[in-house]
Amino acid sequence: MIRKTVFGATLALLAASAAFTVTPAEAADSASVVKHYAELAEAKYQDSLTTAKALDAAIDALIATPGEATLKAAKEAWIKARVPYQQTEVYRFGNPIVDDWEGKVNAWPLDEGLIDYVDPSYGTESDSNPLYVANVIANPKIKINGEDYDATDITPETLRGLNEAGEIEANVATGYHAIEFLLWGQDLHGTGPGAGERPYTDYDKANCTGGNCDRRAAYLKAASTLLVADLEDMVKAWAPDGEATKNVEADPKAGLTAILTGMGSLSYGELAGERMKLGLLLHDPEEEHDCFSDNTYASHLNDAIGIKSAYTGEYVRVDGTKMTGPSLSELVAAKDKALDTEVRGKLDATLDAMNAMADRAQKVEAYDQMIGEGNTQGNAVVQKAIDGLVDQTKSIERVIAALDLGTVELEGSDSLDNPDAVFK
Amino acid sequence: MTYGGKLRGIPISPLEGGDARQGRGGYFPATFIDRLRYDVVTPLCHSRDISPSRGEIRGSLPPSSSLTCNGFPSEWTGWGGASSRQSMTPAIRRKSIPIFLLPVLSGALLLTPLIAAGGDPIFPTTRSDLNPKDQKRVEAVTRPTTDFSKPEQFELMEGGAATSRAIVNGNAFSHFSANLTFEEEETFKLGNALFTKLWVSAPSSTQASDGLGPLFNARACQSCHLKDGRGHPPEGSADATSMFLRLARPARTDEEREAIADYRKLNFPDATYGEQLQDLAVPGLKSEGRMQISYEEIPVTLAGGEVVHLRKPAYSVAGLSHGPLESDVTVSPRVAPPMIGMGLIQAIHESDILAKADPDDRDGDGISGKPALVRDHRSGELKLGRFGYKAQNATIRDQSASAFAGDMGISTPDNPSSHGDCTKAEAECLAMPTGVQERLGPVEAPDPVMELVTFYSENLAVPARRDLADPTVLKGKQLFQQSGCIACHTPKFVTRRDAGNKAHAFQLIWPYSDFLLHDMGEGLADGQQVGVADGREWRTQPLWGIGLTETVNGHTFFLHDGRARNLTEAILWHGGEAQKARDAFAALSKDDRAALVKFLGSL
Repeated sequence: MIRKTVFGATLALLAASAAFTVTPAEAADSASVVKHYAELAEAKYQDSLTTAKALDAAIDALIATPGEATLKAAKEAWIKARVPYQQTEVYRFGNPIVDDWEGKVNAWPLDEGLIDYVDPSYGTESDSNPLYVANVIANPKIKINGEDYDATDITPETLRGLNEAGEIEANVATGYHAIEFLLWGQDLHGTGPGAGERPYTDYDKANCTGGNCDRRAAYLKAASTLLVADLEDMVKAWAPDGEATKNVEADPKAGLTAILTGMGSLSYGELAGERMKLGLLLHDPEEEHDCFSDNTYASHLNDAIGIKSAYTGEYVRVDGTKMTGPSLSELVAAKDKALDTEVRGKLDATLDAMNAMADRAQKVEAYDQMIGEGNTQGNAVVQKAIDGLVDQTKSIERVIAALDLGTVELEGSDSLDNPDAVFK
Repeated sequence: MTYGGKLRGIPISPLEGGDARQGRGGYFPATFIDRLRYDVVTPLCHSRDISPSRGEIRGSLPPSSSLTCNGFPSEWTGWGGASSRQSMTPAIRRKSIPIFLLPVLSGALLLTPLIAAGGDPIFPTTRSDLNPKDQKRVEAVTRPTTDFSKPEQFELMEGGAATSRAIVNGNAFSHFSANLTFEEEETFKLGNALFTKLWVSAPSSTQASDGLGPLFNARACQSCHLKDGRGHPPEGSADATSMFLRLARPARTDEEREAIADYRKLNFPDATYGEQLQDLAVPGLKSEGRMQISYEEIPVTLAGGEVVHLRKPAYSVAGLSHGPLESDVTVSPRVAPPMIGMGLIQAIHESDILAKADPDDRDGDGISGKPALVRDHRSGELKLGRFGYKAQNATIRDQSASAFAGDMGISTPDNPSSHGDCTKAEAECLAMPTGVQERLGPVEAPDPVMELVTFYSENLAVPARRDLADPTVLKGKQLFQQSGCIACHTPKFVTRRDAGNKAHAFQLIWPYSDFLLHDMGEGLADGQQVGVADGREWRTQPLWGIGLTETVNGHTFFLHDGRARNLTEAILWHGGEAQKARDAFAALSKDDRAALVKFLGSL
């Protein structure tokens, strides 16, 4: 009995050590790092798919039995679905396949007047967007660039045709944020407390509020169906023989560049800049990523978790399973131990700042209140997370230099390596 | 394998190895501001009155008759402008010109008017940024190819190392230069957010976003620059967003003629409606009127009997709010041009553009090529115009500030009139509130808005070529060259080594433009003088990315007013100096014409 326990503990210990300390041969191998990066992608997109399917089921329940409980359950399912998805965002920027696809699922910001009714304060016209208040749910026939568009039947195809209608990027008809709007409605509280307050009766055909409850339900279901289908595409792309996997594995050195490009671009320009700094500059609640649900803090936090994961090779799946494997961190440590410590320290510092922001969002005030003008304390909390992201990017640049990734070949531009080739 | 992956923190130039590029401190890097100032060497004079109707002049303007700017006297009238071509007779002070330039000068006397009477060249006449060895290398690599059996080396990367390699889709014109640092990427993204931002009328709860109008054509930059691409004529839609009418009249008095000759004015606005017709206005104000277009179909027969119809537009204004335009005011329609590659264009060395100039056609090839001379809006310095359909702006910043003012009615530090294009005759317009917030500064779009939008506009990447090794494309490339198109659509340049942004430095780029003004014939003439450009002259449009217009914008309307419905029609509209090339195209067999068009589609 005792022996058995000890044996079991030893096994567990062995398993743990096998999981957390890979052999040096593996660690130093960029091919295995890239392979594991692809495995994590598959797992993260798989988790995004699983939670999106749960959301889809919750939406079915809401449509079948509109009520406070089913609406609340659908909202909770949406918030859960955002967790793994946001952690995949670090796969953008370095992987062309992801970039090509991403707009379908996570485009933002959106002019919600295209989709459904909006508050009169939203205004009625925008020259830049003739579809600003097209309200597809209320109007089966709309005009796009002077041509009739038939939305009598709201199907996934109908929504595809509406996305970026009239070449306007803000005409977002599909993805997480379209669903978010249909669940929460507009957040009319500005930088005050409160999120969107759409009533469940917007889906109640018997006691319909907002009009066209059947079409609203059809729209929500179509958007949810598309989200599931789009995520299925991305899971396939990251399967061992998928296109995205093949792309990163074909040239491990270029694959490492893809990892670091994703980490740096998401940290600095995308998250610190466009999603956070801009809102602070303008103090504009519209500059909030998950603006209907007030879930922005979680969205940002999970981006940061994803960035760290791309470096450490660690990921906790939605079922609690922990994945580990050959990591960029080990590769860096083998070359420059101090640099690895520096990067890990900075990634953790950012996470601390993000967690502090999340804590404040849950206990004190929502993200859109934090960026409000004159809110010195709130502004500072957001600023600290921005500073962390900017600071970690400096170290990411040092990693690029340390791993000698300055000579990655870009197809068709051999001049990059051979500048004199141009000149006879 | 295609990789979007690029090296961060490391600039890569096709012509130069990758020196490690240091990150820059702060959100709005000092070098960023430095770049905007880098070529402002010495203020020539403080003539800020480039935009006549906006009135505000920073600094004082000396009496124009005695104006001397950096030894450049106003008596000298330069090319075009109010003066005729025959008037260009300033003597060259040869002793002041480097000996190695003499062959160039004696051959064509091209640079004559660019040399001030005092002897100082207004523009460098050689690649001051290159040593003789590099100079030779650049000459070799920019020479037009003679081998059409395969693509040229580096031809894929149309915008050098800045070229975007993203998968081609509707966002093809919206990517940033591939060789930006992470930090610059952020600046680009903030610029993008402002570029897509909807400005609202004042007063508004979102104070940082108000100030629209009172008269305007669009609420956001992106309203016209759809997907950072090409605008289009209304084509049945009610409003004309992405296209508008410029209003201008020629000089009437000696004083006005002098102002044009001295480059202080490009032309003069309508006394009532200003510089352009704004077809929208904030609530409570009437818009100025509506552009109206009617088309007349004109059949054209090509070799082999194919008949192509060109639609000839006629423009007028309906519903003018304050009575007719002045009798000598002309209207000139403009669609929003694509935004790609502009920082690279800005980084082309003046001497490379001037080397192609031949305003008096001394080489007798029927092609002139007139450089546009314009004043920098802020410094008043004389510069080479390269942006806009008439090359009326020397910098992207000037082009952007003009658009803020004229198109959206938003004041900027460069152009502080918060009532936009309202004139004195439009008193009710001047009485409307502005969006200026004292605490944010004296203008509606305070710093760093201009910096961010300018940076964004400088760094929209040119997409990589597609199908460039296709035999038909290569044949089309040969026909394009043989038909004489490259006489103006210059294929290649190597940008300056000392470009303000390293990402634009020493890149081999393929814009297919000489950035000079050419007489394009009566068919395309708008009869409107813009500075040096007369009413028949237009700047050669760059062709890079033209093949992706349909992918990005869902249409193929080309030329300054979108009258051409496809590339063939666009070519057939070419007249004047381009008549010979146009005729050569029309005389090609149908297959050859298709090959040439397919080549354009691969750009």
